[in-house]
Amino acid sequence: MNKSALAGIRVADFTWVWAGPYAIMLLAYMGAEVIKIESAKRIDSSRMGSITTGQSFTGWDSSSIFNNVNLNKLGVTLDLSHPKGVELARKIVAISDVVAQNMRPGVMDRLGLGYEDLIKIRPDIIMLSSSAYGITGPFREYTGYAPHFAAFSGLAYMTGYADGEPNLFTGSTDIRSATTTAFAILAALYYRQRTGRGQHIDLSSTEALSVLIGDIIMDYTMNQRTPSRSGNQDTAVAPHNCYRCRGEDKWISIAVATDEEWAALCQVMGNPEWAKDERFSDSYHRWQNQEQLDRLIEGWTVNYGHYELMERLQAAGVAAMPSFTAEELFSDPHLREREVFTEVEHSVMGKQVVMNPPWKLSETPARIERAGPLLGEHNEYVFGELLGMPRAELARLKEEKVIY
Amino acid sequence: MSERALDGVKVVEKCSFVAGPYCGKLLADLGAEVIKIESPGTGDEARKRGPFLHDNPHPDLSGLFLYLNTNKLGITLNLSSSTGRSIFKRLIADADILIEDNPPGRMEKLGLGYESLKEINPRLVITSITPFGQTGPYRDYKAYHLNTFHASGSGYLMPIGSPTFDREPIKGPGLMGDYDAGLSAAVATMGALYWCGVSGRGQHIDVSKQEAQMALDKIEFARFHSEGKNPTRGPSAWRPHRMIQGKDGVYILLEAGRDGQWQGLVKAMGNPEWAKDEKFSTEQGRREHGDELREHLVAWASNYTADELFHMVQALGTPSAPINSVEKLLNSPHIEARQFLVEIDHPVAGKIKYPSRPYHFSHTPWSAERPAPLLGQHNEEVIGRRLGYTDEELVKLKEAGVI
Repeated sequence: MNKSALAGIRVADFTWVWAGPYAIMLLAYMGAEVIKIESAKRIDSSRMGSITTGQSFTGWDSSSIFNNVNLNKLGVTLDLSHPKGVELARKIVAISDVVAQNMRPGVMDRLGLGYEDLIKIRPDIIMLSSSAYGITGPFREYTGYAPHFAAFSGLAYMTGYADGEPNLFTGSTDIRSATTTAFAILAALYYRQRTGRGQHIDLSSTEALSVLIGDIIMDYTMNQRTPSRSGNQDTAVAPHNCYRCRGEDKWISIAVATDEEWAALCQVMGNPEWAKDERFSDSYHRWQNQEQLDRLIEGWTVNYGHYELMERLQAAGVAAMPSFTAEELFSDPHLREREVFTEVEHSVMGKQVVMNPPWKLSETPARIERAGPLLGEHNEYVFGELLGMPRAELARLKEEKVIY
Repeated sequence: MSERALDGVKVVEKCSFVAGPYCGKLLADLGAEVIKIESPGTGDEARKRGPFLHDNPHPDLSGLFLYLNTNKLGITLNLSSSTGRSIFKRLIADADILIEDNPPGRMEKLGLGYESLKEINPRLVITSITPFGQTGPYRDYKAYHLNTFHASGSGYLMPIGSPTFDREPIKGPGLMGDYDAGLSAAVATMGALYWCGVSGRGQHIDVSKQEAQMALDKIEFARFHSEGKNPTRGPSAWRPHRMIQGKDGVYILLEAGRDGQWQGLVKAMGNPEWAKDEKFSTEQGRREHGDELREHLVAWASNYTADELFHMVQALGTPSAPINSVEKLLNSPHIEARQFLVEIDHPVAGKIKYPSRPYHFSHTPWSAERPAPLLGQHNEEVIGRRLGYTDEELVKLKEAGVI
C-alpha cells in the first residue's frame, strides 16, 4: 500500500475559482481526503470558462482549468441556501479535520457555517478563510481575484519594462496565495497534532503576495525609496537579461555575476574585441553600461539556437537557460526524466496531461490519483457511505434539490 | 508570549541567499527554532546584497538578509572540515528538519547525504532546494533567479498582454521566483513533519526551483493541450481588465468583463448615457467595442484619484484595485489596520519596520521574537553551551577555520 503524508486527514472544501481550490489540492496531493462542496445553483466559475482567455466550456464537466485545480478531490453538491443543505454540510464538517472557504467575508457566518458555529460541531476544527484583504480591516468587504491581488500588493507596479506600464501577471498570483494557504493549514495541523487544538486562520491574498517582495519593502521602510519596473535587469549585476536567439520568438536568459563568469561568457562568444572594452572591464562597469552590453551580446546570440547556447554556455560555467514555451516544457528531456508531467483519465474529457506535484518525497510520494470530480460525482459515496444515509433519503434529497 | 504553532520544532538551515532561507523563515516565524549555519568569514550571500540601510554595504545592514533571517539563531560552521562535519552531525541528531541548498551530490561527497544522516536520526526530514532538482540532465546546471524563472516557462508569458513580440520576455518582480521556491518547499516540509508525527520517520524532499515556479503557471501551460498552441505574452484580444489612470496618475484596475461586474461599474459611474448603448450590453459587445469602451472609462476616471475610484467601485461589490507602488501600499489604511508592518530592533541596524505575515492565526499568532543574527552570534550558545565546547575550544575552532 502506498503511504501518504496526510493519510487520515479529511478536508471539507467550500472554496471555489482558483486560489482556494489549488491550496486544498496541494493537501490532496499529499493524501488528504478532500470533499469539495459545490452546487448546481452556484457553479464554480472555473467550470464555466476561463477568466484569462474568455473561453467558455460546454457543460460543467469539460473544463481543463477546473480539472487542474481540483485533482484528487471528491465532489458533492449541496444547496446551502436550503436549511437541510446546511445541515448536511455540518455533518460533513463533523467528520472533517479542516474546513476551507474563500467566500466573501460574512457569507459563511450568515449560512450558519462560521467558525463560531463549527467549533460547536467539532471543537478542534481548523478553519481557513481566504479572502482578498482578510476578514478584518477597512477593506474586509472588498472583493478581488488574481489581477487585483497583483495590483494592490505592489507586485504589478514592479513588473514590466522600465519604460512600460505595470503588468498584472497571469493567474499565477492566485496560485501563490493558494500555496501560502496550504502552508498555513499544515502549520495548524501540526499544532493540533501536538496539542489537540484547532483554530481559525484568516488569510489575506494581497498580503500573501506582498511578503514575496519583502526585500523591496525593506528599501522603503529603511530608506524611503520606492523602486519602479526594470524588466529583466538586476539591481547589482549585468549582463542579466533575455537575448534573442535564432528562430521565431526564441530567447535565452543569461546572468553573469562574477568576473570569472564574464570571462567564460567572452570565451564562448569567441573573445570579440568589444568585450575587452573599458566599458565592460568589471562588474561595476558592466552594470553601468548594461544597455550597450545587452545589444552587443544579442548581436551574437541571435545567430544561434537557444538550446545550443544553453549547452555551450552551461559547459563553460555560465548561467544560461532558455525562456521556455509550454510546448518546450512538455517535451523537455530534463522534465521527462524527472516525470514532471503525467496523464490522468477524465471520464468526460479523456486523457489529460497534467503537472505532477512539485516535490519529490522519498517515503510518502505526493501523487495524482484521479481527475477533478464531475459535478456531484461522489454524492453516493459521501452521503451514502461516509454519512450512512439510506438510499431512499438520498434520492428524496436530490429530488428536493437539497443535494443539488 | 502566546503559544506558537511550531513551538518545539527544531530546524537546522544550511542555505544561502533567498529560497532556502525563506523556507527557514516561514518556519521560524511560526515558532520553530531555526539554527542557521553560515560559512565562517563571509556568511550568507544575501549579506552582500542590498537594499542596505542608508546605502551602507555592511553585512549586518542588508535589508534582504535582515528580512529573511529574523527569528533565527546564527552559527558559523565550515563543512569542508571534518570537525565542522562532526559538529553538524551532532546538531542534526537532535533536529526535526534540515533545509539545505547545496549543489546536488555535494552533501553525499561530504558524507552528509540523506542515507548517512538517516542513520544518525531516522526522524530527520531533509528538504533539499536546488535550481533543477537532484536528478536529470540539467541537475548540475548553473542558474540564478533570472534563469530558473525563464526556465520555468513563466518568463515567456510576461509581460502578459504585451502589444508586440519585439521585446524580450521578462521575469517577475525582484527575486519573487526564489521566494516561490522557498514557499513551495515549506509546504512539502510541513507535510513530511506531520507524517513524522504519525509514523516516527523522516524522509528526503527534493525541491526543484524550476518546478516550484512551473506549478504556479500550470493552468497557462495546460492551454497548449486544450488550445493546440502556446500561450504567449502577445497581444490578447480579450482584455476584461482595464488598466486606467486616475487623475493622480496612479493606475486603477477596472472590470468590464462579466455582466455582473459591468453592471456594478455602470452604477459606480452614475449610470451614464453612453453605457446604455446596445453595443455594451453583452460581454461579447464590450470586447468587440473595447477601444471605445476604454475611451469612456478613461474620461470618467480622469475626474478621480485611483483610490477614490477603488472605493467607489468596491462599494457596488465589484472588484477593482489600485496598482500600488510599495510606498502607496505601505501607506494604505489597510496595511495599518492589519498591522502588516512590525518594528524589530536589531543590535547593529537598530529599529526598522519589517513586513510580517499574511495569515492571522486565532490561537497561535505570528510573532517576531528575535532579530536576524549577526554572523556567528550564537556560536557560544549553540556550539559551546549545548554541545559542550569550552570557550578555549571555541577559540581554537575559530582559529582553525571550523567556525
